[in-house]
Amino acid sequence: MKGTAVTTPTDTQIVMTREFDAARDLVFKALTTPDLLKRWFGADGWELVECEIDLRVGGQWRFVSVGPGGLRMGHGGVYTEIVPGSRLAYTERYDDQWFPGTAQVEADLLGSGTASTTMISTLTFPDKQVRDMVLASPMERGVNESHSRLEKLLGELQ
Amino acid sequence: MELVGYETDALDRMFAALADPTRRAILVRLAAGEATVTELAAPFEMSQPAISKHLKVLERAGLVTRGRDAQRRPVRLEAAPLKAATDWLETYRQFWERRYQNLDALLEELQQ
Repeated sequence: MKGTAVTTPTDTQIVMTREFDAARDLVFKALTTPDLLKRWFGADGWELVECEIDLRVGGQWRFVSVGPGGLRMGHGGVYTEIVPGSRLAYTERYDDQWFPGTAQVEADLLGSGTASTTMISTLTFPDKQVRDMVLASPMERGVNESHSRLEKLLGELQ
Repeated sequence: MELVGYETDALDRMFAALADPTRRAILVRLAAGEATVTELAAPFEMSQPAISKHLKVLERAGLVTRGRDAQRRPVRLEAAPLKAATDWLETYRQFWERRYQNLDALLEELQQ
């Protein structure tokens, strides 16, 4: 039975574990190919509309998603480790900085067969407060803060 | 979003309180029913003041309360904050699970 497990092994980390019915190479491809990412990365009313990937160590990645009410959210970072089919590590930072600092993300793909891969995603945040903030609401907070910025702007324009 | 800020602080205190094995053991014991400090100290090789210190941390995190009975001051487990913490985790988990379900569908399609 598949299902995402979320744990917090240390004060600054979130670890997600999930099994997929596909070989590691294919999962890796889905994580690193813009056309494929656009087909799965959106959730909860969000759609990935821009996706640029320079898949080499030191290369940049950048995603832009459009969400409820046409809200745009951009994030990106730099690849720090690439082992095709087994490991991808990168930094991640949001344009609007609804959380301060940069997160480190590591995705490890485990499995020897063609039918199953376990992906372990480890997210490490600058401190515990940021980690808890991210945990408290994955997208919602960004949305709320963008909305309050918009409200502020509209207030100033009147 | 003052509410989110407040709840994040509460969450901080709670995760800090739960980060200690003695305090987790105390909570497990309290899940079976209220107990006095003496009763709580019994299974641990710890003095009552040391246990009281742990209880203060748990109390500040809202995880336990002390009864009014001046003699015994029984300690009780408060379940609501723990549930709030697991709710946050659950919301986050569900968000990623929906993304991963999209990925399941894509992977299946790519293998056909």
